[in-house]
Amino acid sequence: MFRDAGVPVLDGLHCKSVEEAIDAYRKLGGDVVAVKSQIHAGGRGKGTLLDPKTREVVMEGGVKIAFTEDEVRDYSDRILGNVLITKQTGESGKLVSNLYVESGCDIVHEHYLAMLVDRDSNSLLVMASREGGMDIEEVAETNPDSIHRITSSGKSGFDRDSCVDLGNRLGLIGPALEKFTGMVSKLGALFIESDCSMIEINPLVETSDQEIIALDAKVSFDENASFRHPEWDGLRDYGEEEEIELRAKKTGLSYVKLDGDIGCMVNGAGLAMATMDVIKLYGGEPANFLDVGGGADENQVTTAFSIILEDPNVKGILVNIFGGIMRCDIIAKGVISAVSKLGLERPLVVRLAGTNVEEGKAILSKSGLNIHPADSLADGANKIVKLVKGGA
Amino acid sequence: MSIWVGENAKVLIQGITGNQGRFHGAKMVEYGTEIVGGVTPRKGGSTVTLHNLDLPVYDTMNEAIIATEAEVSVIYVPPPYAAGAIKEAAKSFHDVRGEGLIVCITEGIPILDMIDVVSDLEKYPNIRLIGPNCPGIITPGAEGGSKIGIMPGHIHQKGRIGIVSKSGTLTYEAVAQTTGIGEGQTTCVGIGGDPIQGTGFIDCLEAFEKDPETEAIVMIGEIGGTAEEEAAEWIKANGTKPVVGFVAGATAPPGKRMGHAGAIISGGKGTADEKIKAFESAGIHVANDPSVIGEVLKIALIEAGLREG
Repeated sequence: MFRDAGVPVLDGLHCKSVEEAIDAYRKLGGDVVAVKSQIHAGGRGKGTLLDPKTREVVMEGGVKIAFTEDEVRDYSDRILGNVLITKQTGESGKLVSNLYVESGCDIVHEHYLAMLVDRDSNSLLVMASREGGMDIEEVAETNPDSIHRITSSGKSGFDRDSCVDLGNRLGLIGPALEKFTGMVSKLGALFIESDCSMIEINPLVETSDQEIIALDAKVSFDENASFRHPEWDGLRDYGEEEEIELRAKKTGLSYVKLDGDIGCMVNGAGLAMATMDVIKLYGGEPANFLDVGGGADENQVTTAFSIILEDPNVKGILVNIFGGIMRCDIIAKGVISAVSKLGLERPLVVRLAGTNVEEGKAILSKSGLNIHPADSLADGANKIVKLVKGGA
Repeated sequence: MSIWVGENAKVLIQGITGNQGRFHGAKMVEYGTEIVGGVTPRKGGSTVTLHNLDLPVYDTMNEAIIATEAEVSVIYVPPPYAAGAIKEAAKSFHDVRGEGLIVCITEGIPILDMIDVVSDLEKYPNIRLIGPNCPGIITPGAEGGSKIGIMPGHIHQKGRIGIVSKSGTLTYEAVAQTTGIGEGQTTCVGIGGDPIQGTGFIDCLEAFEKDPETEAIVMIGEIGGTAEEEAAEWIKANGTKPVVGFVAGATAPPGKRMGHAGAIISGGKGTADEKIKAFESAGIHVANDPSVIGEVLKIALIEAGLREG
């Protein structure tokens, strides 16, 4: 992507096996290379690789510099098939099944650069720092003055003067400054053209021959723009994205798995978050965020239920619906149809409010199913937490 | 009184011939909203029937505003065309009337399109955009009222509480609870959960502060961004009316988008904790549990001498 847009990068090759990595090393000239774990998270250089079964540490650092073929073999063997934990992956980490082998360069200085949408100023923002290679969150905490910012006007990209100004503040001069300015403006064009939501280059390196090269980058796209980017399908790495979250998305549900044991199904993102919060407030731990959306049908409710029940940690379910567009009787029917298909061995608390609430409650109570009704969110959370704790 | 929309505001529907436009259009007519027509390009001259009311369809917003004298437009256009619809509405209101309110319900507009829209709106000082990705705005009347959006009308009642929220269903929760303690609402505004939006908390707080009929405010935020913190600063400096606040997402994990495009804790910023602290330091009555918003409001009203214990 960067290469096509004219943003300078080093030569490199994607690999899926140790053999491919060695082959790549030879193709790149057999000199110094970087062997990089490819996962969708930052902080890889400072991450830790674990054996996925034993959770034993295999190697510190998910990005390694190799000078020989043996080192390439050793590093790629220790990376592939293991789990990489970084500051951004959470405790469970991410399985590494792809590598990137990249030719080396003579680095004079490592910078950091990120381009993103700034919600406060309704514009694009570039954040850059001389403290590249490090975790930017750490830099923001320890040395916030070293982070420099420029904003664009609207979505028209970055003008030359502000790019030069930013380069100056990073201490760049001569050809390096010139190349940096060109790169930022090309990156801005790429950002807009490709509907990115963030491009993070860390490190952005200055070499001894005054080149500016994007050594490592993380690009996020704006999902809302997928209708005008059919080419994104090819970029997606389905093996890595949580399969269930993806399935939920296809059904029009918004699902995020969490570590607790109380599953919840709610309509509306705000209420879904609030439901998780209240479960916690009453001493439980939410197992997921699940928003069935504003106009869910029976089928979506069934899918939502089956997704929740697939999580083996779930010991009980709280359904919290404030019917607006969505009618409580539809939800009640969906719950019954889901339960009859999937069975119900775990306690279920249902709180209904809003449109057609009486019909909804009547349908549930007539069903003869072991459903615990609740009058308010607090009541529902209290009940499910007690049921789950009592049954454990 | 109310903010931005009166009980009898004249409203156009952009996307009136689509499924969403027809469904919610009928609900709005049923509630009592004065819908005066709609716009769908290339379907001008036809008629749409919403809840037994025949309404004219126009090709352009310009024609529609001239013909109907509408003051408000509500947009149910799919994401690829929504930004264009907002810009058309803004220009037409500006050209024909010099002012206007645009309410965009559409969810899923690309963020760069919204940057474009918001910088375009800077050209029109008297045009206000609410949303996108929001439930809309409602001013309940003594009978009927003006419901512009997708919220369930029947839970609202006319009163003295102003409500502003990033979340749809959570707003309904707050509305039902204010109604439950015998209070009603002046106007409820859903500003939406997108990172780039037309109207923010502070716009609403300013308007509620100026509105003589609004005596107290309920503000509902969520994780992501710093709008809640800025709103708290504003209240500290300018607020005279009691405010009840709730922030959703205390248990949300960092780096994960919680349904709404803007609801994400990134780089340790935008947590519920920070927002709640900001609320508390501004003297906002914080409800820790959305089930007690009504109770907290009652206490806030009593403390302010606006209600008998």
